[in-house]
Order: sequence, then structure tokens, then C-alpha cells
Amino acid sequence: MTGTGVLAVSETTHRTISIALFAVFVAITLYITIWASRHTKTAADFYAGGRQFSGLQNGLAIGGDYMSAASFLGIGGLIALFGYDGYLYSIGFLVAWLVALLLVAELLRNSGRFTMADVLAFRMRQRPVRTAAGVSTITVSIFYLLAQMVGAGALVALLLGVSGEGAKIATIVVVGALMIFYVTVGGMKGTTWVQIVKAVLLMSGALLMTVWVLAKYNFNISTLLGAAADQSGEGAAFLEPGLRYGATDFWSKIDLLSLGLALVLGTAGLPHILIRFYTVPNARAARTSVNWGIGLIGTFYLMTLVLGFGAAALVGSSVIREQDRAGNTALPQLAQELGGGAGSWGGSIFLAVIAAVAFATILAVVAGLTLASSSSFAHDLFANVIKRGTASERDEVSAARMAAFVIGAIAIVLSIFARGINVTFLVALAFAVAAAANLPTLLYSLYWKRFNTRGAVTAIYGGLISSVALVLVSPICWGGPSATLPRGNADAIFSTEITAPIPLQNPGIISIPLGFLLGWLGTVLSKEDTTAKATELEVRSLTGIGAH
Amino acid sequence: MTTKSPDPDPAPGPDNGTYQSISESTTYQELRKRFRSFVFPMTVAFLLWYLLYVVLSAYARGFMGTKVVGNINVALVFGLLQFVSTFLITWWYAKFAARRLDPAAEEIRNSASEVRS
Repeated sequence: MTGTGVLAVSETTHRTISIALFAVFVAITLYITIWASRHTKTAADFYAGGRQFSGLQNGLAIGGDYMSAASFLGIGGLIALFGYDGYLYSIGFLVAWLVALLLVAELLRNSGRFTMADVLAFRMRQRPVRTAAGVSTITVSIFYLLAQMVGAGALVALLLGVSGEGAKIATIVVVGALMIFYVTVGGMKGTTWVQIVKAVLLMSGALLMTVWVLAKYNFNISTLLGAAADQSGEGAAFLEPGLRYGATDFWSKIDLLSLGLALVLGTAGLPHILIRFYTVPNARAARTSVNWGIGLIGTFYLMTLVLGFGAAALVGSSVIREQDRAGNTALPQLAQELGGGAGSWGGSIFLAVIAAVAFATILAVVAGLTLASSSSFAHDLFANVIKRGTASERDEVSAARMAAFVIGAIAIVLSIFARGINVTFLVALAFAVAAAANLPTLLYSLYWKRFNTRGAVTAIYGGLISSVALVLVSPICWGGPSATLPRGNADAIFSTEITAPIPLQNPGIISIPLGFLLGWLGTVLSKEDTTAKATELEVRSLTGIGAH
Repeated sequence: MTTKSPDPDPAPGPDNGTYQSISESTTYQELRKRFRSFVFPMTVAFLLWYLLYVVLSAYARGFMGTKVVGNINVALVFGLLQFVSTFLITWWYAKFAARRLDPAAEEIRNSASEVRS
């Protein structure tokens, strides 16, 4: 990172516009949040937005929750720098929605109430399963949250051209304070509207840029790809798999498969995505909202493909790398180029617009994550584990607000400490834990009558601990030259000299099968019989009888 | 919700015995069969299709790099086909569920609420 900003010439112009636009977004969302707070009275209002959102509204909010800055700036940047390999991410992120649509969304809506654990603990002994599910929900959400917040700190330096640690810390604190406000004051209703506004902004911004890029190449994709390949300096290889996951030996291929598995299986186990299905009146609306979500997310990733190759062609990989080694500024740089280039008014304005959209994106995602983890704390850990179901609705919602505050504060402090670390691996880790701990438990609960408490607990802890442990012995932590990173990892967390015992950067290929295996093993080693409750859960989940 | 029953999070609706009898009804058995025989094979199919794509990206880079038209190669087309198949399956399932699942689920819900009232 150079810290000099995308623009050197008219830095102040675009910085002023950027901050003004962002202030408008913040003002609108604060107004919505305060409006939502007046309509938030019951626990169902706070946790599930009163279950009154339409399929389209929730579909937009799903897009808002899911399309993070990592998707927009991260994948766009990956494609701009590594060409085809960036595309692999977006395909995994999209196909994953079929797991949620076919196997999870409607059944969860029918049989759960506020959190993922409502379904996981339905047939089981409440306390052990709620505890495990709460721990896993909060862990996954905090990993994801840290990735977003640290990313926000780094972005502000790059996009606004503010250098120095003070600016990063200030950004992290502002983002954290806003997300705490959205969640504690607006609950699910406020948070959902913030997601909707953000989704509309992000889609509009991306669409405008996409059409612009395509127009420059007379809407001929082949010409665009050719220009991208030429400018990248890699030639035809830029359009083929292998640049990012380039080392051709055994481990790097396994690593690619591992990443692919975590991406496709993780989404349906992400707690902040799962609780979105409770905001609609019934299972049918949950299905409609996923359909809208898939349409939006698919369109969005198709656009990032054009934008990534567009950035490679129009800005050029070397100019992007000069700005940020990871390519996170590729799309803002593209916006500037489209608007007329550095120093022009058009360039400054368009850059400012895209930068403001990126911040709106981060804010909406962190609010969703904070809500998911505080809901799980209050509803699973506080009301059902600590108070054993005797807490009143009012106490539960107060606990959720308090939890949002505390979790938000912890996230701010951790992000400030972690601001010098490259935390992008945390997104992949969150997906791996969701796929290894949450998904097996969810699927066994819904589809396997023999499943029981011990199976649920071993699957969750087994998937969670193995995923985290594998990262702790991976090249992400130990940066010596390894099979997947022959030149070593200069950003390694513990040491840049010592070689990691296991060269995998993505734990999924080991931890996901392990989660499923442990869930099965724990179940058959326990004599507990949950068949009667299993039948009830199945009938509820398929028919919607007794749904909240 | 201020109940102090032993079940910490009681759900509304009939008691467990009612669910047992619903689960044995032919309408329910038919609904369960229709649902499972759509989603299970479909899940296996799209996961294999996706894994084929990932495996080819890792192990068949030469094939994936073959040019089809202009600068557009097999890898790009294969990736776009993943988008197409995802959109198609979503559309197909929506049609299927509206026609084959929703009416049956509604019928079971209605008869269950008649029994209770």
C-alpha cells in the first residue's frame, strides 16, 4: 500500500465529494433506523423485522448482506490482477445459493423462530446444542466482521488518500459506532432497510460501470478480453485458470479444491444469511426471496467479471499493483479512468461515487453480522442456556441490544489491533467454519431421524475447532516457503521464516468431511432417541404447521 | 413469551401426537416423497457439475484454455454455464414447488387446523 491515494492531482475534490456522498448515505440510513425503532416493539420485531418483509424486499436485503466489499472490490481486483482465477470465487459464491434454496431456506423458515440454533436444538437437549450453536454463530460472525472492518480501515486510506494509522483507526471506530447504532436502535427492521438501500446503490453503481466498460468495446466481449490479456502482460494465460493458483504441484491443486468446497457449502451455514429467512411471513416468501437473491447476486458477479477485465484492460495490472498489491482499488481506479482519468472532474466524481458505494457496502454487511451474533447471544446463550427459558421477551431484547454493543466494541478493539495484518483469509475461514460446523448439523437435523444431541455437539465443535486449528498450522500463520507459496508469505501472522506443517491455506477439504463424519460418529455412539421430535420437526418444516 | 414450561422455547401449534398422525397420512407421505425426490438428485447433480468445473480448472488447464470464438475460451464458457445452470435450477424449482409442493402443504395445514378447531 502506498498510502498516497488513488488520485494525486485532484485529491481534495474527490475526497470532498466522497465524504459528502457518504454523509448523505449515513443520514438516510440513520433516519431509517430511527423510523424503524418506532416500529420495533416485540421480540419478533427486533429479531425478525416483524416477519413482514416481502420476497422482493428480503431478496434485495439478502443481496445487501451477501455482496460484501470483499465481493465487490476483492473479486473485481482478483480478476483485474489474476484474470480467470478471480472468476472461480464468484462462481462458488453463486452456486452455493442452490444449497440454501433447495435444502435449507424454506424448512428453516417453517420450523425456526429467531436464530439458526432454533432449528439445530429443536430435537435435542437444549443447553448443550444451543451453547455449541451460539459459540459457532458468534465465532463465524466475528471472523467475517473483522475482515470487513480491517478492510474498511485500509480502504479509507487508499480511496480518500488519507495516510497514517490515525485515519485507519478513526475509520474503524466510525464504522463500528454506526453498525452498533443500526443494530441496537433499528433491530432487524432497521438493518434490513439499510441492506435494501445498499443493494440498490451497489447494483446501480456496478451496472453503470459495466455498461460503460462494454460500450468502450462496442459490446464485444472478445475484444474486451483481448485488451485485458494484452494489458496484463500475461497474454492468453490471463484468460485461463492457473495464475493465482499457479503452482502446479499436488498441494496447490488440493488447495483450490478446498477453497471451492468451502465456498459452495459455506453460504447455507452462515448465520447472518440464515436469519434473513425469518423476516418474511412464510416459506413461500422465503423461496421467492432466495430467487430474487440469486438473480441479483448472479447478475452482480457477471458484472464484476466485466469490471475486473475492464480494469485490467483500461487501467492495466501494473498501475493497479502500484496502488494496492492485493488489487482492492482496481474498481475505484477503473471508475476514475472511465470518468476521464486522473485529474479530470468526471474522474474525480465517478471515483467518489464508487468509493461511497464501497463504504455503504461495508456498513450494511457489518450491521447484518452484528445483528446475527447478538441475536444468537441473547436468544440462545442468555435466554435458553443461562436463564433456561425463563427470561421475558423484554429481557431477551435488552440482552440482545447489550450484546450488540459489547460485540461491536470487541470488534472495534480487535480490528484496531489487527489493522496491520492481511485479514482477507478470515472470509474464507468464516465460510469453512460455516460449511464444516453449521451445515452438517443443519442438514442432519432436517433430514436424518437418528441424529441426536451428541452428534450435533461433536459436529459443531469438531468442524469449528478443526477449521481454526488447520489455519493455525497453515502458511497464513507460518510464512516459510511452502508447496502452495513457493516464495513464502511475507504477510504471515506468526513468522515469515518457519515453514507451515501443512501447506493448505484453505482448511475446507479436511474440516468439512470431518464435520460430517463427527456428526455421524457422535450420533451412533449415543443411545439418545429423538425420533418423535424428529418427526415433529419434519412435519413442521415441510408443511409450515405451527410456524412462527 | 413468559411461559415457564420445561421446554425452553415452546413452538405454537398442535402437540407431538398430532404430528405423528399427520406424518402417517398419505397426503404427507406423498408431499415428503415429491420434495425429496426433487431436491436430493438435484443437489447431487449441481454439486457434481460444479465440482467438475473446479476439478477441470485445477487439472485440465490445457483443455480449459482452448479457444472457442475469438478470445473466448472453454474455461470462460464453462464458468458462464455455471451461471446459466444456477438460474435454470432456481426457475425450475420455483415452478415445481408452486405446482407440486405448495398445494399439498396447504391442504395438510388446513386439515390440521380444522382438527384443532
